[in-house]
Amino acid sequence: MSSKTILQKLAVLAHAAKYDASCASSGTVKRDSVGSKGIGSTEGMGICHSYAPDGRCISLLKILLTNFCVYDCRFCINRASSNVERARFSPQEVVTLTLDFYKRNYIEGLFLSSGIIRSEDYTMEQLVEVARILREEHRFQGYIHLKTIAGADPALVALAGLYADRLSTNVELPTEAGLESFAPEKKPATIRKTMASVRVGAEDAMEAAKGRLIGKAKPPRFAPAGQSTQMIVGADAARDDDILATADNLYSGYHLRRVYYSAYSPIPDASSALPPVRPPLMREHRLYQADWLLRFYGFARSEIMEGASGGMLDLSIDPKLAWALMKRDIFPVDINRAPRELLLRVPGLGTRAVDRIVAVRRTGKLRLGDLAKLTASVKKVLPFIVTLDWRPGKLTDSADLRARFAPPAEQLALAL
Amino acid sequence: MLSTPGDFAEWRGVARALLAGGVAPEDVSWRGAEEGASLFGDQAPVSSGAAVSLPRELLTMADRVICHRDPQVPARLYRLVWRAARERQLLARTTDADVDWLRKTDKAIRRDVHKMHAFVRFRRLGEEEGRESFAAWFEPDHRILRLTAPFFQRRFYGMDWAIVTPDARAIWEDEELSYGPGGTRDEVPDSDVVEDQWRTYYGAIFNPARVKIDAMRAEMPKKYWKNLPEAQDIAPLLAGAGARVERMREMAVSAANPRTEKWRTRVADDLLLDDDLTSLDAVARAVGQCTRCPLHCNATQAVAGEGPAAARIMVIGEQPGDQEDLQGRPFVGPAGQVLNEALGEARLDRRRLFLTNAVKHFKFEPRGKRRLHQNPTAGEIDICRWWLDKERALVQPDLIVTLGASALRGVTGKSASIKSMRGAVHELAGGTKLVATIHPSFLLRLPDRERADEERAAFVADLACARKLAA
Repeated sequence: MSSKTILQKLAVLAHAAKYDASCASSGTVKRDSVGSKGIGSTEGMGICHSYAPDGRCISLLKILLTNFCVYDCRFCINRASSNVERARFSPQEVVTLTLDFYKRNYIEGLFLSSGIIRSEDYTMEQLVEVARILREEHRFQGYIHLKTIAGADPALVALAGLYADRLSTNVELPTEAGLESFAPEKKPATIRKTMASVRVGAEDAMEAAKGRLIGKAKPPRFAPAGQSTQMIVGADAARDDDILATADNLYSGYHLRRVYYSAYSPIPDASSALPPVRPPLMREHRLYQADWLLRFYGFARSEIMEGASGGMLDLSIDPKLAWALMKRDIFPVDINRAPRELLLRVPGLGTRAVDRIVAVRRTGKLRLGDLAKLTASVKKVLPFIVTLDWRPGKLTDSADLRARFAPPAEQLALAL
Repeated sequence: MLSTPGDFAEWRGVARALLAGGVAPEDVSWRGAEEGASLFGDQAPVSSGAAVSLPRELLTMADRVICHRDPQVPARLYRLVWRAARERQLLARTTDADVDWLRKTDKAIRRDVHKMHAFVRFRRLGEEEGRESFAAWFEPDHRILRLTAPFFQRRFYGMDWAIVTPDARAIWEDEELSYGPGGTRDEVPDSDVVEDQWRTYYGAIFNPARVKIDAMRAEMPKKYWKNLPEAQDIAPLLAGAGARVERMREMAVSAANPRTEKWRTRVADDLLLDDDLTSLDAVARAVGQCTRCPLHCNATQAVAGEGPAAARIMVIGEQPGDQEDLQGRPFVGPAGQVLNEALGEARLDRRRLFLTNAVKHFKFEPRGKRRLHQNPTAGEIDICRWWLDKERALVQPDLIVTLGASALRGVTGKSASIKSMRGAVHELAGGTKLVATIHPSFLLRLPDRERADEERAAFVADLACARKLAA
């Protein structure tokens, strides 16, 4: 076997990594290279350095250490039985690439994942080694996201947490049944145990920080940007309700910072068990909106599902609007008097608009024209609110309210 | 008259003097140097008066907004500080026309700054004594170089670099930041050795099955493309996307790679269950794979009992809690702490006890970032008794202490009240003695201090009684 050039390996191993939705570089501590005189900084807010024509942000160098894999997950392009071209980077090669790209300001840091070779522990060791070289030998202060290999020794996970800003373990599919039929070698319990060890690691580090004596050096932070996960949507039969239930459990159990929903996208050399369909991008979008309602708007999952039917979110309107249309007795809401929690339930008002409304209310009563300065979507808000100079009258209860918001009906494309 | 557009210090100096002199905004005419001198000269009637205090937020925003290219900016900013000096809460009134303008202009500047942080592309010039040097050409919408240079300084401390823009340049050399005049694109090399790698990466990370051009353009407007080496690949990537997806569809199914078989055997090994559960370790392994009830779906792991097989006393709780579920060990959370303290007071050595639960998986209700404990149903306790019985058969304790009603049901199979069972020693089939008491988490939930002390003392007394019985 002839050895590949860096360029060839990069093509193979970046291609293999593109099905992971995460590319975020946000939410970590502030760091810079002034003290270390090395390279790199993180400023809390992530930076997207480029955008691919698929609309996704490129913030990190997202690659696999290798796409050889002993597992055979059917939805995965790197599964053992796939005939895809294989390659493997050495840890040093990944380090060089990361630094070269970083110094030219192409990226915020590294997102490193890997196919599983030899054993879970061996693979995890290799990932940690890349992070160690970057941090210790090159004083690299940029962002590092490591994929934790489910089933790896908790001691390795603890070590990874010392170098990485974020750790993630993918749950892959939202239900046990889905995982069993598409990734028979992956056990949900193993995945959850690995997530648990990340949460325990973070809590231990926090305890240690609390107990330290004044004046002593700060104990190292453990994955300050927290942990995340990804599940694939649309490859198996799981409904949105199942997906959100899983997300809900993961948020509460392992304190995940984010759950990524990745519309199943056809892969080259696919397994026969999978639908060769277009990725359900709108479904993915609605799930993200519902996820936001769970985390920032005080909605319970059961409430979100009131606007759904058959356990599936409405694809033509967003989940908050769908909920509001079922709950018209609550509306209209008086913008000048309603508590914050209620304002958050008004379709078209985001958390930022609500904060602004609450702040500006202290200086005087709001009119419709004022509202237009605080939010971009006044038209959407109209049927659900009352201001000094606006009442929706019968609009709130009108039968065609949904039709005002849903996109015009399109004739379905007929299959040949 | 201002000599350097975008210079905040200069504007502030002039504005401060005007403000102190009580000059109204409508009496001032702000001009940049390029607009030439006014017909009547520039001597504004300025007198130095008392210093005027302004909200810090306004000054931070003015510092940014002054970089905007709109020639009206110095005048509008002056009107704002004039008004802010007279109206306390001006900035909070986001619906005011001037404040609205300020916030929108500030937002435009912040976006420009953010895009510069993102889209500057350095090209390598060379290396001297181990220190690399780089240069970049960038055309921001506004005069923001001064706002962005500190970011690049924090980030690229360990190398030398220069950023050249049409208005000015920033240079970081020998750990010192300096500014110079504007320049032209040809001062910066037009390629870099790793650009091919970067473009390869850009092409490989693009998924042709999810083309979303509008989303890309919204965040990376075309005006930036000419400075981004990867942007020249956008058109060819898009042009080829349809055909690539079509090819995937046609070749959808392929024969499995023979490498697969090697792994299958290992998986099969993992699934082998110990049929003869003759040791506590075997029981622990087996309970880890239990799917007898749906509780295993959401819990992290089953928590088996812990302690010496020769233990004389077996302590049984209800079920693992949040911490037990994460760590895989019984009684390590808050209730475990209470239990440890009570055991200490009753002079019972935890290491000599066998501690376990009636139900092996954590049952909970997710609520935001927390998992709220839920009581197991009688059905769940009864299903899980199979595991408890295995543990009891292997340990064969002289005495069992049940903590709470669920544990009591796990042992007796009946739902009896603790009240009726407490304070007496019961004998189970086979001669094992039973002491029933409360669950330590009950003590955590008592708000009344006095009552909590009483209950705690009674709990310790129950444990002390158990110690005497087992002796």
